[in-house]
Amino acid sequence: MTIDGAWYLTLAAVLFTIGAVGVLIRRNVLVMFMCIELMLNAANLTFVTFSRELNDIGGQVAVFFVLVVAAAEVVVGLGIIVAIFRRRVGATADDPHELRG
Amino acid sequence: MTGAALATVSSPDLATFLVAAAIVLGGSLGVVFGRNPVHAALNLVMTLFGIAVLFVEEDAQFLAAVQIIVYTGAIVVLFLFVIMLLGVDRQERVLADQFRGQHLVALALGALVLAEVLLLGTGHWTTGAHATTGALNRPLSNVAQLGRAIFTTYLLPFEITSALLVVAVVAAVVLARRFDHAVDDEADPAEELAADSSGETEVPGR
Repeated sequence: MTIDGAWYLTLAAVLFTIGAVGVLIRRNVLVMFMCIELMLNAANLTFVTFSRELNDIGGQVAVFFVLVVAAAEVVVGLGIIVAIFRRRVGATADDPHELRG
Repeated sequence: MTGAALATVSSPDLATFLVAAAIVLGGSLGVVFGRNPVHAALNLVMTLFGIAVLFVEEDAQFLAAVQIIVYTGAIVVLFLFVIMLLGVDRQERVLADQFRGQHLVALALGALVLAEVLLLGTGHWTTGAHATTGALNRPLSNVAQLGRAIFTTYLLPFEITSALLVVAVVAAVVLARRFDHAVDDEADPAEELAADSSGETEVPGR
């Protein structure tokens, strides 16, 4: 017998929480981005667990699409971060409050 | 989820799960509390690898391979590339509040999220109704099942993701491009000099 799905779900919940707290307490935009990846992976783990529990390949297909969208998101997000840093070296997530207008 | 249920689990499975869970949790804590962005990225690699091990444990071999290839092979390398390109690999005081009570609020919100997700995860989360798209226990390999599902049932979403990837590539090129020629044509040399001396805007031309 394999491990009960509830253990995977609990682990995914803890991982999601760590990622959410990371987004809240970090100021470095890149590290915040990595924390978002942590949350995405927690969701992926949940998908795969339910795929096994419910005997349905659809959960794994969903993870496949999440991977594709995550790759696209990282490319565009890092492009935006590079553009911000080109204007202001050492920018943090708190700096856009200086935007006016 | 009781001790009795765990006792019936074969010990290799249990050991794999425990080790992978420890790797995942340790890596994710390293991402959040690592002072150096490079260390955070390497801890992210560790976390993603642990998740891949858990995927194998749950009989999702294709996703485990893709996880390693795409996430640790492409995405984290992209992160490291940007860190090196921008030169932001310096220390940050993680535990310094930016405004008063930031960490307390963050921890309280985190505890709230954890309680909520655990409530959803350990409650009656399944009705027992199975989807009709495809069962897992057909006598096919994981890759064959996944491929069949993607190229039949989910063909349209699959094609749409290709459009999404093209859009992302174009967006990345547009974002990364410096519009040097436009600036050169329009800008007054005096303005360029002023911009140079202020040091805040980018230097037009080379």
